[in-house]
Amino acid sequence: MEQRNDKKLVIGVIGADVHAVGIRILEYAFKEAGFDVTNLGVMVSQEEFIGAALETAADAIVISSLYGHGELDCRGMRDKMDEAGLDGLLLYVGGNIVVGKQDFVDVEKRFHDMGFDRVFPPGTPPEETIYYLKKDLEVE
Amino acid sequence: MRCALLIDFGSTFTKMTAVDLMSEKIVGTASAFTTADSDIGIGFDVALDRLRQMTGDITFEFKSACSSAAGGLRMMVSGLVPELTAEAARLAALGAGARITRLFTHALTRRDLQDIESDPPDIFLMTGGTDGGNTTCMEGNAEKLRTLSVRFPIILAGNRQAIDVCEDALEDFPITVCPNVMPTFGVLNIEPVQREIRELFLKHIVNARGLSQTRELLSDIVMPTPSAILSAMKLLADGTKTEPGIGELMGIDVGGATTDVYSIARGEPVDIKVICKGLDEPYAKRTVEGDIGVRYSTVGIVSEVGQPWISDCSGLTLEDCVSLMSELADDKSKVPLACDDAMTRLDHALASGAVDIATRRHAGTLEEAFTTSGLVYVQTGKDLCSVRQIILTGGSLIHARAPLDIAQHALYTARYPMSLRPKQASVFRDDCYILSAMGVLAEREKDIALRIIKRELVKLGEIFSDDDL
Repeated sequence: MEQRNDKKLVIGVIGADVHAVGIRILEYAFKEAGFDVTNLGVMVSQEEFIGAALETAADAIVISSLYGHGELDCRGMRDKMDEAGLDGLLLYVGGNIVVGKQDFVDVEKRFHDMGFDRVFPPGTPPEETIYYLKKDLEVE
Repeated sequence: MRCALLIDFGSTFTKMTAVDLMSEKIVGTASAFTTADSDIGIGFDVALDRLRQMTGDITFEFKSACSSAAGGLRMMVSGLVPELTAEAARLAALGAGARITRLFTHALTRRDLQDIESDPPDIFLMTGGTDGGNTTCMEGNAEKLRTLSVRFPIILAGNRQAIDVCEDALEDFPITVCPNVMPTFGVLNIEPVQREIRELFLKHIVNARGLSQTRELLSDIVMPTPSAILSAMKLLADGTKTEPGIGELMGIDVGGATTDVYSIARGEPVDIKVICKGLDEPYAKRTVEGDIGVRYSTVGIVSEVGQPWISDCSGLTLEDCVSLMSELADDKSKVPLACDDAMTRLDHALASGAVDIATRRHAGTLEEAFTTSGLVYVQTGKDLCSVRQIILTGGSLIHARAPLDIAQHALYTARYPMSLRPKQASVFRDDCYILSAMGVLAEREKDIALRIIKRELVKLGEIFSDDDL
């Protein structure tokens, strides 16, 4: 395991999605990379992400979605975070986040417009997300 | 004969129970009006005289009391997110037998501070943030509380990283530091706080309320009354090393102003397709509905179940209900006479409504969710469906003519299919008001207290959910 950094992540699978394995792998990978991880598991609502981020004083929220309905589930997330006083908090999303096979450039733009700082396509290795987390959170 | 005297200084009545520890029998009970306004010892002496008229001149090996006199243990609690640390703080205070006069979330405002100043609590419980998480909530609130002109004991039980700043800010308050009520996300850790609440209750509250003036008693007031009842319920469910308990149970106490519900049950999901959400729930859980009671809080009942429901349940016409309710509003001390059929029926309906609402708020819920892997259920709170025993206590249920019909409203029903209440139960009633006394006795004599509870609770019968399951 890498040296612990003091950055706190809140992670989970949003919506009515019950894919339980991937999020455990992410939890393991993020912890190995030195992050302090609060894993909310599956079927996590926007409110749960926000409540957890408030109580743990998280540095980033990382949302996973595998079942294709991520776009609907993520709509309004940034607005709710602003309302809750989490404005400016780093927000990632990744997985099979849209219905069917779509051009990822379009998908990424749509999620950027929804207020997500980074958007990851299906099959992204955890290392890539870790690289960007460290970059955005200025971890050495 | 080795006798013990157990006293419950209630808000209205001082109740006494004398127990012979050798034969493990109740040798007498008596009550008198609580005289908290003047000297609480006056009511105590009256009750003791009445008791001695029954029992003769016996001496007591020890005298222990619980108290909810003079407003009970009045607490204010603060936390960050309403469903998380603020909820953990609420559960901690209620489980310790407190009455929560205010619950604050996020940062305190100037108005909040005015409210605290004008009606300060006995104890203030401050929480907020997981360990290593949010510090601004606790630290900011501590800075604000320091500006008050009143002082009261404060328990700090939030993010441990915030404790230093809070302690510095609140140095002229009596401060105690406890482990975080929610050390990591979703994990509940309320026992240390509850022990501390009890310590403070003994140290500060008992003296402040003139309870220690009771000359023969001095400081042997061991806990707030609701905490004694919860402890008796837990003893009854779990048993001791040598005496078995009766297993998981639910307790209901319908009062004039509030309705308390207790559950001693793990409440975990029974099905693998259930996903649990929200904060952990305490095994021994107490909730209090401040807006639900059969005298002072009838408005809360009616506004939730509706006037037609009351009329339907009581068998009275809507007009009769309304006029009787206004009679009740004018005279809260009204007790239905044996011949007063209408009032008895109204009381039946109000108690039924109170049981229905309060148990629904206490029990967990189950929601259906359709996912790509099929139907799953999302459980929030405790699943009490498999709890098979219900204990009734409190004046309104003890004197009820049809208690089983009232208790029926605590069961699972198709009207609220998502409310996880017991599907069938044996109903027991605390006919001699001994639960609080036995909770106090259990501090010294667990086995004896348990055997007396098991003997004295009256089994009324079995009830079944009226729905095909």
